[in-house]
Amino acid sequence: MKRRETLRTLLVGTIGGAALITASGCDPDTSDAASMESGNNANGLYGRTPAEIEHDEEVNAEIYLNEHELASIAVLCDIILPATTTAGSATDAKVPDFIDFIVKDLPVLQLPIRGGLMWLNYEANRRFGKDFITCLPEEEVQIIEDIAYPDPEELRPDMAYGITFFNLMRNLTLTGYYTTKMGLDDLGYTGNFANVWDGVPAEVLADHDVDYDEEWLAKCVDQNERMTIAEWDEDGNLLT
Amino acid sequence: MSETIYDVIIVGSGAGGGMATKMLSEAGLKVALVEAGPYFDPKDPTTMTQMKWPWESPRRGASTNRAFGDFDMSWGDWEVEGEPYTQQEGTDFMWWRSRMLGGRTNHWGRISLRFGPDDFQRKDIDGLGDNWPITYEEIKPYYDRLDKMVGVFGSKENRRNDPDGFFLPAPKPRLHELYYIKGARKAGVDVIPARLSILTKKLNNDRGVCFYCSQCNRSCNVYADFSSSSVFIIPALNGTGQVDLFVNSMVRSVTTDTEGKATGVSYINKIDRKEYQLKGRSVVLGASACSSARILLNSKSPQHPNGLGNSSDVVGRYLHDSTGGGRTGFIPALMDRRTDYNEDGVGGMHVYSPWWLDNKKLDFPRGYHIEVWGGLGMPAYGFGFDATAFNKHIGLEVGGYGDKLRDDVKRFYGAAIGFGGRGESIARKENRCELDPTVVDEYGIPVLRFDYQWSDYERYQARHMQDTFEELIHAMGGHPVGDKPTKEQDWGLLKPGQIIHEVGTTRMGNDPKTSVTNKYCQLHDADNVFVVDAGPFVSQADKNCTWTIMALAMRTSEYIIEQYKKRNI
Repeated sequence: MKRRETLRTLLVGTIGGAALITASGCDPDTSDAASMESGNNANGLYGRTPAEIEHDEEVNAEIYLNEHELASIAVLCDIILPATTTAGSATDAKVPDFIDFIVKDLPVLQLPIRGGLMWLNYEANRRFGKDFITCLPEEEVQIIEDIAYPDPEELRPDMAYGITFFNLMRNLTLTGYYTTKMGLDDLGYTGNFANVWDGVPAEVLADHDVDYDEEWLAKCVDQNERMTIAEWDEDGNLLT
Repeated sequence: MSETIYDVIIVGSGAGGGMATKMLSEAGLKVALVEAGPYFDPKDPTTMTQMKWPWESPRRGASTNRAFGDFDMSWGDWEVEGEPYTQQEGTDFMWWRSRMLGGRTNHWGRISLRFGPDDFQRKDIDGLGDNWPITYEEIKPYYDRLDKMVGVFGSKENRRNDPDGFFLPAPKPRLHELYYIKGARKAGVDVIPARLSILTKKLNNDRGVCFYCSQCNRSCNVYADFSSSSVFIIPALNGTGQVDLFVNSMVRSVTTDTEGKATGVSYINKIDRKEYQLKGRSVVLGASACSSARILLNSKSPQHPNGLGNSSDVVGRYLHDSTGGGRTGFIPALMDRRTDYNEDGVGGMHVYSPWWLDNKKLDFPRGYHIEVWGGLGMPAYGFGFDATAFNKHIGLEVGGYGDKLRDDVKRFYGAAIGFGGRGESIARKENRCELDPTVVDEYGIPVLRFDYQWSDYERYQARHMQDTFEELIHAMGGHPVGDKPTKEQDWGLLKPGQIIHEVGTTRMGNDPKTSVTNKYCQLHDADNVFVVDAGPFVSQADKNCTWTIMALAMRTSEYIIEQYKKRNI
């Protein structure tokens, strides 16, 4: 089990218990454990206003990309992020579904995606006499190699449209992937849970040429006293 | 409609309106609180966004519906449907409105800086603008009480113009902030712990303590950050029984009698779209600097033909926002860093740079502070865009796909640092909001038209910011990202209004000919009308405005209580 999983399970398993009180305060009215865990919304949504719920329903009901376009996007997504030994591919993370939604939600993306796919198919037909998704893997790679890198010397001005399109596809694929649980795990993001921040771990400091100096640390919170109500003397010196 | 005659009608539930609601209701006055948006409680699970994961939003937090992203806790942003504002030709002013209980305090940056002694007397120092009619020493006791009432972390630094207060202890810096401290010291830029109204330690039994999710902009469900909703209004509603709350109620005007004194407010109920009146012995405006000015300008009567409080023609004038500029840097030493620890921290910076220079040696007046961002943030829409671009700084290939791309994403995660400069502009009479002569909102209320230009004072300050940012990035061994803004781009100076520190529209002063309120934020023209938002500010300082809004609102509230006791109201 990954570290974050462990900690999340721990938190859920100790509602009302000591671990939680340390994490979030002991007043029952303000330390609602359940509310700190995601997915406990009354309406199952992500904190939407009525107008936003309506907007999401409208966007979901629309259709923009057709099946051929979505199939092409799926192939491109997995060229951009194929599976590894430890992480799933872009389609495993349902990135094409995200792209299908986001082009409806942000219509400014529609023409660059649709037109870019048409350019790609034109190029595939020009080179191999077939659409991109019916190309062999080595044929796909031949085209992708020509559009996956910027061309600062503009040696291939005919590839500029493809480079622009692939850049957009790469951006959307990365955003779609690294905003899923699979992506966060691959990235190693270990936040978004209740915790007590007490500074950068010593081993990490040792990896870098920085450290906490005593003068600065003296101004910082003593986490053992965080639940003791603050009191000051008349000069503003903290007594507790 | 209600036959109640309230002691006080408070318009707006943000920082100033919230403080007034707390103080006046606790003093036993009967209060009507009128808010243009709906009810909001940060711990209501139906509206809460705190601790949500990016994938819970189908757009992964993109800004389609909310300008600062799906999880930002502001209902309303640069645009509010049905409530436009207009611009004079050549003006591009940006105006943020949050229509909800607590207003913009539900998502604000919590940066809580006192103004210093110099900030009240700037004209004495550089001859520009005007002095306030009050001094730091007069406001200090209110700042002191505010610190203890609301809570702010920080540190004693003994800096003359960045006064210390009663601070909760600061959180330890994160890794990128340790790099910043080192770089800033090398570049000769002062750096100290940040000062944010977030509870790093228990303040009282009503509020929780920070659990370091880094999401104060989503409003805290254990009330560990300052939001006016959770810290002032909801306790006042639950506590004294002295407050009647009117939500979804859009105030059109302050009503007045034949002597020109306020008798209450006229408002539109947004649900049934009908107009109602509330009667009160006094009116406290805390609708935000521009909205309060709009209400006053819309309160025309035979006694106040130019709008209430506007015999001076100063209402809406001297509008000014903080200056803003920014830059991002790539720090190679932060490449390939370890990510296996939770570095979320508090919702905002743990360290910052207060203004550190002497303007006598510079080509612009007034200063700016530097806000710092970076670290291992939770990804949202936009993460991974141009993920390979930093390669050009280290001689590796930009672009690519497959495993190479995946490696690049991880290599550069947390290797960027960014700066925001936030500075003081000069208040000018010509910069203003006024009523548009022909346009009304969907409630039939005349809307504001903005007329605002930056001057070279602000442009030269923005140039200095950009030079400083590059020095800082180089001092950290980094590479500035993108191109440095040019003269033609005003050196990256952001649009007026964009920093959301708009102040000055009902400025205070001793002379009724050149100011709207006296030093107690009481209208010169109607002694039972008060302004508790940032309207009465004479100048903005190189600080954020909220802490001063609240200190002044506390002082004005006690002045009002005193007037009631003396039966002057």
